[in-house]
Amino acid sequence: MAELVLTKNFGVPDFHTIEGYIRCGGYEGLKKTLEEFTPDQVIEEVKKSNLRGLGGAGFSTGMKWSFVPKDSSKPKYLVINADEGEPGTFKDRYLLEKAPHMLIEGAVIAAYAVGIHTAYVYIRGEYVKPARILQNAIEEAYAHGFLGKNILGKGFDLDMIIHRGAGAYICGEETGLLESLEGKKGWPRLKPPFPAIVGLFKCPTVVNNVETLSQLPHIMKNGAAWFANICQGAPKCGGTRIFSVSGHVNRPGIYELPLTVTLREIIYDHAGGIPGGKKLKAVIPGGSSAPVLTADEIDVKMDFDSLMAAKTMGGSGGVIVMDEDTCMVKALYVLAKFYAHESCGQCTPCREGTGWIAKILYRLVHGDGRPGDPDTLKSVADNIAGNTICPFGDGAAWPVQSFVKKFRSEFEYHAKERKCDVLKT
Amino acid sequence: MSLLQISTEDKSVKPSISFSPEAKAKFEKILTLYPPGTQAPLLPVLHLAQEEFGYLSLEVQEYIAELMNLPVTTVHEVVSFYTLFKKEPTGKYWVQVCTNLSCTLRGCEKIVDYISRKLGIQVGETTPDKKFTLTTVECLCACEMAPMMQINEDYYGYLTEARVDEILDNLK
Ligand SMILES: Cc1cc2nc3c(=O)[nH]c(=O)nc-3n(C[C@H](O)[C@H](O)[C@H](O)COP(=O)(O)O)c2cc1C
Ligand code: SF4
Repeated sequence: MAELVLTKNFGVPDFHTIEGYIRCGGYEGLKKTLEEFTPDQVIEEVKKSNLRGLGGAGFSTGMKWSFVPKDSSKPKYLVINADEGEPGTFKDRYLLEKAPHMLIEGAVIAAYAVGIHTAYVYIRGEYVKPARILQNAIEEAYAHGFLGKNILGKGFDLDMIIHRGAGAYICGEETGLLESLEGKKGWPRLKPPFPAIVGLFKCPTVVNNVETLSQLPHIMKNGAAWFANICQGAPKCGGTRIFSVSGHVNRPGIYELPLTVTLREIIYDHAGGIPGGKKLKAVIPGGSSAPVLTADEIDVKMDFDSLMAAKTMGGSGGVIVMDEDTCMVKALYVLAKFYAHESCGQCTPCREGTGWIAKILYRLVHGDGRPGDPDTLKSVADNIAGNTICPFGDGAAWPVQSFVKKFRSEFEYHAKERKCDVLKT
Repeated sequence: MSLLQISTEDKSVKPSISFSPEAKAKFEKILTLYPPGTQAPLLPVLHLAQEEFGYLSLEVQEYIAELMNLPVTTVHEVVSFYTLFKKEPTGKYWVQVCTNLSCTLRGCEKIVDYISRKLGIQVGETTPDKKFTLTTVECLCACEMAPMMQINEDYYGYLTEARVDEILDNLK
């Protein structure tokens, strides 16, 4: 079995409390950081570890931090993205509920590295229970001197505040999130400027995902080389990530694995294969926005670069498995409905295009297809991708482009025969 | 400033709603968590108002606008943008069944149908006794327990008809 980093102690019943966390070696990474590293050295260490953002984009964490101006006269902020919303993803919920102190510890390390004294946790509004568990942990951390003034007597201060979202997928996008945190509707901002320069309240801001930050205590405790070496054979990746596996598998759930694991291993060795001994038809490897893979494409490694080479993406690590009895037209319709519902409406191609796509797919699913529909779907999607303010537009277009391309005959059948060859309806 | 004070004092009809002293204290606490002079406390304040008043009627929105010194249109725009802010009252229990992909693959349509028949209402409706409101919802990020639903604050997963019976019948 590969080494577990984040989930190793998930079975310890009181791991979410400060006592349980400290008993399992918690806050040692922070102690070591404050005692032995300057802020710049932390950034270097994290760069060397090859830690990449686990919220979706896979951007180098150390690199992102280094874009924040060192001598800013304005305050700087850390914003913790706990808005988990990408369909098929549920790992941050586990981290928040089982290991809230790991997130807090990681956040203090990040804040120390960048010179930040206020952190906001933007947590999705539906996560009432995780928010409560995190709030308790924050209070414990204040009481034990891991948050607040003069942390561990080392003269570093950090406040941490939970901010609840209110139900809007687009607020997971970092600039939509910042708008929402400022009390507005979550309309993403044009970039540049990037949040590192102009972020929350127009101040330099680091936005990091829950899982990304939760890796930091381990990197600081065990060293960058140890973390980078977990991913043998993927020179630009490090460590493990938590894959959320759902759909047609025998054991849906979270699996923490090195990024170099293959998709086949995840599905068959870890998640127990497909129920009823059915055949695999398709897999979405990185949350609903990631282009779909066919059953022939699952020997790909799950690191960001290998997935990109396979013309899909690592994204949020949400693996959605579909067996041979899945109607791909209907599956795409379900996703398209989601994107049409969640488009913030700011850009015309995204607002109109997602609506048209959902309408065409509705027709196809409901026996009212037209011969040109597969081509129309492709052309509408092509016109969204790359033409919008935020990457939501790409994320809405990629499933359409990949489904229609890789399962073309199913779409044609719906369009011409006005029925489904898979479900026989 | 003084004009404003006079005009509020002169109001013969007080707004018919206001925060309880406990909620007022929470409101004051929220304001301290954000830089002064920003609109940032609006979301937490709206959550608080929804807890206090059940839903965000136009009257509540006007009250919040006044409290936070914001134009009513701003509050209205924000309330409309977010799905968790209720513009209309729901039943005592708001049943939201996820219908995104992982739940669809695991049979959520049958669950929605079953709950709809059991409660005798369509999706989007509230039972006549105001106990249950049924809606569908986009991914709640608990796909490992698909098909799943949220009722008020809690998640319920691995749904079957029997489990739905057990859950709903136990809500008083
Ligand atoms: C439409 C959209 C939704 C997103 N949702 C999330 C989310 O729920 N959680 C998250 O951490 N990142 C999400 N992201 C990615 C963030 O914009 C951002 O890249 C990330 O929070 C950065 O943190 P990281 O570098 O630690 O991954 C989303 C991006 C887009 C375009
Ligand atoms: S791409 Fe879509 S979600 Fe993103 S800003 Fe434009 S309209 Fe909004």
